[in-house]
Amino acid sequence: MTYTMRNAAMFAVIGLLLLWVGQTQSWNVALQIINLCLISSIMALGVNIQWGYAGLFNVGVMGSAALGGLAVVLVSTNPEPEALKAGGLGVILSLVLGIATIGGAIFAYKRFPKSRLRGMVVFAIVVIGFFVTRAVFGPATDAIEKINPARAGNIGGLGLPVLLAWPVGGLFAGVVSWGIGKIALGLRSDYLAIATLGISEIIVAVLKHEDWMTRGVKNISGLKRPVPYEIDLQAAPWFLDLCERLGTDPVTFSSIFVKLSYGILFAVVLLLFLWLSEKALNSPWGRMMRAIRDNEEAAAAMGKDIKSRHLQVFIIGSVVVGIAGAMLTTLDGQLTPSAYQPLRFTFLIWVMVIVGGSGNNWGSVLGGFVIWFFWIEAEPMGLWLMDTITVGMAEDNALRIHLIESAAHMRLMTMGLILLLVLRFSPKGLIPEK
Amino acid sequence: MDILSAVILISNYILVPAIAYGSQLALGALGVTLIYGILRFSNFAHGDTMAFGAMVTILFTWWFQSMGISISPLPTALLALPFGIAGCAILVLLTDRFVYRFYRKQKAAPVIFVIASVGVMFIMNGIVRFIIGPNDQRFADGAKFILKARDFKRDFGLHEGLTIKVSQGITVVTAVIVVAALFWFLNRTRTGKSMRAYSDNEDLALLSGINPDRVVMVAWILAAALATIAGTLYGLDKSFKPFTYFQLLLPIFASAVVGGMGNPLGAIAGGFVVAFSEISVTYAYKKFVKYLVPESWEPDSLVQLLSTDYKFAVSFLILLMVLLFRPTGIFKGKSV
Repeated sequence: MTYTMRNAAMFAVIGLLLLWVGQTQSWNVALQIINLCLISSIMALGVNIQWGYAGLFNVGVMGSAALGGLAVVLVSTNPEPEALKAGGLGVILSLVLGIATIGGAIFAYKRFPKSRLRGMVVFAIVVIGFFVTRAVFGPATDAIEKINPARAGNIGGLGLPVLLAWPVGGLFAGVVSWGIGKIALGLRSDYLAIATLGISEIIVAVLKHEDWMTRGVKNISGLKRPVPYEIDLQAAPWFLDLCERLGTDPVTFSSIFVKLSYGILFAVVLLLFLWLSEKALNSPWGRMMRAIRDNEEAAAAMGKDIKSRHLQVFIIGSVVVGIAGAMLTTLDGQLTPSAYQPLRFTFLIWVMVIVGGSGNNWGSVLGGFVIWFFWIEAEPMGLWLMDTITVGMAEDNALRIHLIESAAHMRLMTMGLILLLVLRFSPKGLIPEK
Repeated sequence: MDILSAVILISNYILVPAIAYGSQLALGALGVTLIYGILRFSNFAHGDTMAFGAMVTILFTWWFQSMGISISPLPTALLALPFGIAGCAILVLLTDRFVYRFYRKQKAAPVIFVIASVGVMFIMNGIVRFIIGPNDQRFADGAKFILKARDFKRDFGLHEGLTIKVSQGITVVTAVIVVAALFWFLNRTRTGKSMRAYSDNEDLALLSGINPDRVVMVAWILAAALATIAGTLYGLDKSFKPFTYFQLLLPIFASAVVGGMGNPLGAIAGGFVVAFSEISVTYAYKKFVKYLVPESWEPDSLVQLLSTDYKFAVSFLILLMVLLFRPTGIFKGKSV
C-alpha cells in the first residue's frame, strides 16, 4: 500500500507544480507543458519497452520520432496533382527498383554457395541497381521540385485525416527498426547503440535534404489539425455561449480550449499505451522478456529464441516512439527537420526513462512529466541563478554578460548531471521495478 | 585526353583531403579503441572529449597570440597543444574518478558504462558550450598553404593545380609521429606491455601483479591526448564548432569498428577506409571524366554517387557492411 501511496504522492507533486505554473504564469503555458509532458511520456514508454523490458540500448529515438513526423506530412497534406503527374510515377518506380536491388542482392547472397563468384554477383547487382535506381529517381525528383517551388515543390500527401498519420508513423518507425534490428541485434550491445545512432542521423539528413518529399529546411507548415481552429471557435455561437456562461474572454479561452482538446487526445493515447504496456509486462510474455534480460543464457537454454524476441520488442518500442513523434508534429502543426536534435529527442527521453525507473511503466510516465517540466523550467531557473550570482557586478561586465548568455547551456549540464546522479545513487529510479 | 590533369585533379580533391581527414579519424578512433580495449565499453563521450581538448588548446592559443608568442609559419595552436592535452587529461581523469570507477568496482555490464558515458557527454558538451559558446571559432594562424594551386599551375604549366594546406601537412606529420610514439609505447615500454596484457586477459594480468588502476589511468591519459590532438587538428583543418564534434562520433565509431574494436592498427586502417570512401563517394567526377574521354562524350550530370549531404550515410553503410559480414572487423577485434 505504501508503494502505491508513495507513487501517487509523486504524481500529485508534479500535478501541483503544473497547477502552480497555471496560477502564476498562465494556463496556456501550463497546458503547453502538459501536452508535451504527455507526448514525452509516450516516447519514454516506448524506450522503456526496449530498455526496461529487454535491456536494449537504443540511441536512435530521434529517428523514430522523425519518421512519425514524416508520416504526418505524407498522410495528411493535400496532394499536389501536378507534382504527382511530373514525378510521382518515377519516385514510386525508383522505390520499387531500390527494394528490388536490395532483395536481389540478399537473394543472390543466400542462394549461391560461398565463393568469389557470389561476391561478384552480389556486388554487380548492388552497383547496377544503384545506378538504374538513380537514373529514374534523379529526374523524377527534379521535376517535382521545379513545380511551384515557392509554395510547394514537393509531392504533398494523401490528404487523409491527420489522426490516421499516427499509426502510419508507428508503421514507418517499425519498418526501419526491423531493418536495424535484423543487422545489429545479436551482436554485442554497443553495436546496436552505434547503429541506431547512425540511422537516426541519416533519417534526419534525409528529411533535411529531400526537398521533393519534405521541402527540406524550408519546412512544411499549416499541417491539418485533429481539433478546431481558434478563429472558427471564436465565431461559433455555441462556443461564445459557453464563454459567456463561464464568464471568460473568448480569445484566451479558445486557445486554452484547443490545447485542452489536444491534451485529452494525447491523454487517451497515453492511457491506452500505459494499459497495454502494463498488460504486456504482467503477462507470460513480459515475464519471459525480463527473464531473457536478466539471464540470456538460461533463457536460451529453455528454448527461447533470444534474437527474434529482441527484434520483436525492439520493433514494438520503436512503433510507440514513432506514434509519439507523429503526435508531436501534429501538435506543432509543422514539420521542421532542423529541429530534430539528438540531445532533445534521444538523450532527453533516456533521462526520462532512467530517472522515472527502468522497467516500470508508471515510472516512465512520471519521468516524462518530471523531466519535461524541468527541461522547460531550467532556463528561467538558470537565468535566475546567473542573475543572482552576478548581481554584484556591473551591467556591462564581460563575465556577467557571458554568464547570462550561456545560461541556456545549463540545460545540457543539468540533464547530464541528473542522469549520472540517478544512475549512480538511485539506479532503480523514482518508481522502482516491482 | 589529359591523363596528367585528371590525376592531379583527383589528388587535389580526393587524395590530399582524404589523407588529412583519415589521419584525424584514425587518431580519434585510436582513442575509442584504446578505451574499449582497456575498459571494455564504447565511449560515447569521445567526440565531446575531442571538443573539450580542442577548446582548451584554443584558449591557450588565444592567450599566446595576445602575448605575441608565435612559431610562425607554424600555427600557434601546436605550441598550445601540450596545455590542451593536460587540461583534457585532468577532466577525463576526473570523470573516471567520479563516474566510471564506481561501475568498474561493481563490475557493471558494459551497457551501463555506455549510458554513463552518454551522461558524461552531456556534461562535457555543456561545459564546452558554456565556456566557448556554440559558434564557429577561428584560431588558425601562420602560413596557410604549403603548395598553392596557382603556383603549381605556373611552375609545371598544367591545367590543374594542386593545393596542400599547412593544416593538412601538419595533420599528417603529427599523426605519423603520434602513432609511432603510441606503438613504441605499447610495444616497448613496461607500462605499454602491461596495458596490452590487461587488454588481452584481465584475470591473467591481475595474477601477474599488474596494477589495474595504473593501467586504467594511463589509458585515459592516452585517450585524452589522442582526442585533444585529433580535435585540434580537425579544428585547424576545418573549423572549431562544438556540434560538429558530436557528429564526428559516427565516422569515428565506424573507423574503430571497421578495424576491429580494441585493435590499434585496425583503428588506423579503419580511419583511412572511412575517410577515403566518404570523400570519394561524395565527390563530383564531372571534370575528371572530362579529362579522360573525348569531347563528345562529356557527361551532363555531376557524376556524383551521393550528395555531400549524406556523407554520414557513407560511414553508416560501411559500418553496416562490416557488422553484416565481419562483426569483429577487418582485423580481428574483441567482443565482450
